[in-house]
Amino acid sequence: MSKFKKNNVAKSQEISTASLPDIVFMLLFFFMTVTVMKEEALKVENILPSATEIKKMEHKDRIVYIYVGKPTQNYVHIVGEEPKIQLNDKLANVSDVGPFVLAEIAKKPSHLRGFVTVALKVDKKANMGLISDIKQELRKVNALKINYITYEGEEIVN
Amino acid sequence: MALRDEMPQVSAGSMADIAFLLLIFFLVTTSIETDSGMNRLLPPIDTISTMDVKKKNILAITVNDKGELLIDDDIVALSDLKLLAIEFLDNGGAISSDDFYCSYCKGKRDAKSSDSPLKAIISLITSRDAVYEGYISIQNELLLAYGELRSREANRLYNVDYSSLEAMYNAPDVTSAEKEKAKKKIKAIQNMFPLNLSEANRN
Repeated sequence: MSKFKKNNVAKSQEISTASLPDIVFMLLFFFMTVTVMKEEALKVENILPSATEIKKMEHKDRIVYIYVGKPTQNYVHIVGEEPKIQLNDKLANVSDVGPFVLAEIAKKPSHLRGFVTVALKVDKKANMGLISDIKQELRKVNALKINYITYEGEEIVN
Repeated sequence: MALRDEMPQVSAGSMADIAFLLLIFFLVTTSIETDSGMNRLLPPIDTISTMDVKKKNILAITVNDKGELLIDDDIVALSDLKLLAIEFLDNGGAISSDDFYCSYCKGKRDAKSSDSPLKAIISLITSRDAVYEGYISIQNELLLAYGELRSREANRLYNVDYSSLEAMYNAPDVTSAEKEKAKKKIKAIQNMFPLNLSEANRN
């Protein structure tokens, strides 16, 4: 017993902080690898609904995103409160969806063009009329593969 | 005291601060990927098929502008939708001499409900003012219903879950022969319970 006590009493050991940078760097690299840079600023509110029967979207290079939702505070006085469509970084109308999707598909390398999925990131409070219009536009340009992006989780029973 | 004679050391104390700064920068500018969702295939626009479908083969789901769910004009709770959909799809009302007799159906075989899963169509009519969230939860319930039926058949025929078949197909380290096998099984199951979902909206 006394053998152990002696050491401790003699001087309290300082914890070395030399490995702290390494730990932080490890965290840093972790976050750098698991996250993606935000591509564009959102101009619409975008709280996605939740669902359980969902699949991960592989192949990020084959996705065209369409955002739908109420304009955020900064844009309400310009475009009003009705849900709007955001294509890349612009607020757009339903009629712009078709040309936009075609342009995005044309930007992809030719071997991917047949596999492009249109990902709809729609705010959960958006109304279905707008979604139907978008789907109709997508059908017009023959972009038939779509994906409703959702969060994973139990849906709220309404 | 001895240190003074040696080379002066660079202090590494601020290294942690620098790394923290970088870490916080990346935390703020990035977002963790949330890209998962429900895949859907839209019908092509040029094939407006006007086929005759018997009324009993259609499960008409309507969502009104208040977000209420109606099946054949009765208000239904969202939590009941899955069971109703399964009951409808799995009914197998066709008689055994019929071409569409469903040998694997375990439903009530009610002559007034769908003949076979191959013929059964779920029709989803949403009001333009209905909220997207409700639509997604209905889609989710319907997918759950299909998933349950498909899993049942996958378990019966191949002794695996339907979802694990799909996982097998999507796994990155699987050989192409195994992938082909999984694909065949998935196709077989999908042909037993095809996703016949018709969508429209009403003003």
